[in-house]
Amino acid sequence: MSTTDTKGTDQEGADDLGAAGSQLSTAPREDAPNLPSLGVIGWARWFWRQLTSMRVALLLLFLLSLGAIPGSLIPQSGTDETKVADFMDRHETLGPLYEKLGLFHVYSSVWFSAIYILLFVSLIGCIVPRTWQFVGQLRGRPPGAPKRLTRLPAYTTWRTDAEPEQVREAALQALKRSRFRAHVAGDAVAAEKGYLREAGNLVFHIALIVMLVAFAWGQLYKSEGNKLVVEGDGFANTITQYDDFKSGSLFSIDHDLEPFSFDLKEFKGTYEPSGPNRGTPRTYEADVTYSVGADGAEKKTTIKVNEPLEIGDSKVYLVSHGYAPVVTVRDGKGKVVYKGAVPLLPQDSNVTSSGAIKVLDGYRNADGEREQLGFNAFFVPSFAGEGKGTMLSQFPALLNPRLALSAYHGDIGVDSGRLQNVYQLDTTNKHLKEFKDSKGELLTERLAPGETMELPDGAGSITFEKEIKEWAGFQVTEQPGSGWALLGAVAAIAGLAGSLFIQRRRVWVRAVRGADGVTVVEMAALGRSESAKVPEELGDLAALVHDAAPTAPDPVSGRPDPSDTDADPTEEPGAETSTTDSEVVSAEGADKQ
Amino acid sequence: MTLAATDLAATADLAAATNENLAQISNVLIYSAMAIYLLCFFAYMAEWLFGSRSKVGRTAAALTVGAKKADAPAVTVKQGGGTTVLERPKVVVRAAAGARDVPDGPGAHGGTEKGDLWGRIAVSLTVLGFLIEFGGVLTRALSVQRAPWGNMYEFNITFSTVAVGVYLGLMALKKDVRWLGLPLVTVVLLDLGLAVTVLYTESDQLVPALHSYWLYIHVSTAIFCGAVFYVGAMGTIMYLFKDSYETKLLKGGTPGRFATSVLERLPAAASLDKFSYRVNAAVFPLWTFTIIAGAIWAGDAWGRYWGWDPKEVWSFITWVAYACYLHARATAGWKGRKAAYIALIAFGCWLFNYYGVNIFVSGKHSYADV
Ligand code: HEM
Repeated sequence: MSTTDTKGTDQEGADDLGAAGSQLSTAPREDAPNLPSLGVIGWARWFWRQLTSMRVALLLLFLLSLGAIPGSLIPQSGTDETKVADFMDRHETLGPLYEKLGLFHVYSSVWFSAIYILLFVSLIGCIVPRTWQFVGQLRGRPPGAPKRLTRLPAYTTWRTDAEPEQVREAALQALKRSRFRAHVAGDAVAAEKGYLREAGNLVFHIALIVMLVAFAWGQLYKSEGNKLVVEGDGFANTITQYDDFKSGSLFSIDHDLEPFSFDLKEFKGTYEPSGPNRGTPRTYEADVTYSVGADGAEKKTTIKVNEPLEIGDSKVYLVSHGYAPVVTVRDGKGKVVYKGAVPLLPQDSNVTSSGAIKVLDGYRNADGEREQLGFNAFFVPSFAGEGKGTMLSQFPALLNPRLALSAYHGDIGVDSGRLQNVYQLDTTNKHLKEFKDSKGELLTERLAPGETMELPDGAGSITFEKEIKEWAGFQVTEQPGSGWALLGAVAAIAGLAGSLFIQRRRVWVRAVRGADGVTVVEMAALGRSESAKVPEELGDLAALVHDAAPTAPDPVSGRPDPSDTDADPTEEPGAETSTTDSEVVSAEGADKQ
Repeated sequence: MTLAATDLAATADLAAATNENLAQISNVLIYSAMAIYLLCFFAYMAEWLFGSRSKVGRTAAALTVGAKKADAPAVTVKQGGGTTVLERPKVVVRAAAGARDVPDGPGAHGGTEKGDLWGRIAVSLTVLGFLIEFGGVLTRALSVQRAPWGNMYEFNITFSTVAVGVYLGLMALKKDVRWLGLPLVTVVLLDLGLAVTVLYTESDQLVPALHSYWLYIHVSTAIFCGAVFYVGAMGTIMYLFKDSYETKLLKGGTPGRFATSVLERLPAAASLDKFSYRVNAAVFPLWTFTIIAGAIWAGDAWGRYWGWDPKEVWSFITWVAYACYLHARATAGWKGRKAAYIALIAFGCWLFNYYGVNIFVSGKHSYADV
């Protein structure tokens, strides 16, 4: 490894140049991790210094990326609970171990949180002093010229008949015109430019904190609920209307739900009609009318998969859809006891659906007794055809719909206090009896639209109406703070661009009267090691100054040899001391451009 | 209601026929581009082969013990045109204290005329290959009537087109990157080979979740960033080789003949290091933007901005790894080789995100894949 020759370059360079080379960035100085000798306070200070050093920031960043990996390879309970359970079943030793290590919820685990909290403490501990330092730099003036300008990365010199004061004045003007902050310090002009780099860097790091805080805020105050709405029905944003509802730990139901309501007018889904991807969804759209507040005006809009409806902090997403066949149930006397659209849940990508139809009251059986009716419903929008066996849908659109029903009567069990799933009929319930067909088996029939299934012994009938509605599933989320997160993100990018694209650099112009009475002008520039433009910029500035103070005709030996006269041979390890061969070097140097 | 889907099918069939033609044309163009790139590959090889006859040995001259060497690494900057050139003061540039000062190699052709000729042929062929491949991507896009980023086949052909475009763009900006030609074309050929054999997917429309202008923004910048990261990684690898070579010379060792022949012709380690830093640093803000655009899109499509989906996790890891690299560059004791290793790890993360996650890990993003 060849770290010897590249290590600490800036540090050495800065030491070499004294104050002039320092503080070109506000990065914390790296001091070797010497162990402190002073008691508790010494240790605390040492610890704090370590935590806010670049080295530890680097380490923590590295740990953060390393720590994020397992979460992408091991199933996470936040996204897929069933996969986690599956994993636990298959790995008897590994499962509990992972469980203990929090590997099923990496991003909320103690150790992952520890890494990023330390990182952010380090970040704050880093930003605060850097900001002060930067403010100090802005209020102060660019540092004066180092003694030997020849040691700087870019250097030029010439002799002129102009007075030194004149040269300095010309240089000051030229630099100011190029938007440098410049001032005369002693026999030289000192100038600096590119402060936006540092400002950008600080903005970026502060923006990271803003984003994190906004994110945390959002987690604490967010809410998320789901609601299934059949065409023609509506929804008002109150907690009781939700099918299910989750919220962050600081969410308060009384204050935090945005008042609005909407009605689903129509759901439209289209699918690839042919080709290898037949049946792949192409568009999903829900036409709704909505109103904001208790009695706001009604407005029309369309909610699409990528285009949620935004109301205040709330967003209404279209997340699922299915069919809701309309059925009519009549009792033995032909009286309608139930008529409505029954939403059924899709089981596969061709929307083979299942669910339950429950007639809870209003029905009396042939003997005139009150009873409840229940039907297990199985629905396909595109039936394969008579005799082609299975009730599996062939296509997601309504090409050839069929509804298969099996019928029960008795007590469904909703009243018994047991929690019941609306989409399921609990057929294990003792009080629920099967209707029997002529062979004595469970009465089951497959209906086309418009067909009716008769219940035995004058118990009534159920009709699969020609009208088939669709339903749409909506997710309503409220995540305060996302505006702040976005603002942080935009600021982060802007800051980053400033930090990476702007070069901070210094220029010095020294003009002194030489021994022979002619003025010697020296100009030098210093940038960070990555800056390629510094010599070019210095050349342009030199040309400007040169116009005001042109080269004096030189009687003796032409302009002084610009190559370094006081080079330090020890700085090139392994290099032998030898004479300067500027011819060769400058010819090759041209390639560097 | 969509009871009329059968009528739809008839019109769709007609459209599908024209689209199939376009898709066919696209395939032909992609195969032609591969053929041209193959010729390119041989031309670059010829450049390197003829170049090996040169005896330039500049690095060795600059670093070997006993060789004549300027201990003050003075390098003159040529000033830009105009008649005032002679009157302008000359600017002297020296390497930062403590850094080695090594001249850049002459490039793959090694200063030989024949090598240079082959190099020029290779670059011309690269331009041709790029235009044809670009046509292939364009017809593919027309055949599906959307941006060609719906599956991995499309990602791959777009990715290699953009990578070649970045290379040609750098050349057009007069950057010294011709040395990149051979490794670039090699990878492009591999990438396209993979695309047409393993990843090929019939042209097809997008599922609704992929319908969003954020898709265009997010995916196009992602592909662009990948291509630039790739160019940066090539620079880093070359840097590592060249750096070991220079170190060996400094210590008085004699590198092998092959290494000497190849590495002498590359730019100096310091130049390569700077090159890859600039490239990586330049796209980092764009990569940050890509992730944020992805989060906004996810917010619209899936109802949450960030859900630690594998693709999101690996984008994040890649981002943090590149941030690590940038930090390392600013941390004493981590510059040079150590930072270079971090840059390679970061690129490895990007590659895994691109191929690994789509193929090995299942997540929300996987419906856009193979
Ligand atoms: C939360 C995690 C962090 C991320 C993602 C991050 C990211 C970055 C990036 C991308 C840069 C490059 C910009 C440039 O080179 O100018 C940078 C620079 C910098 N970071 Fe961080 N940073 C983080 C935490 C920290 C911490 C904790 C510190 C303090 C110890 C720190 C100190 C610095 C400094 C001083 C620079 C400027 C280096 C220079 O002058 O080139 N950062 N950071």
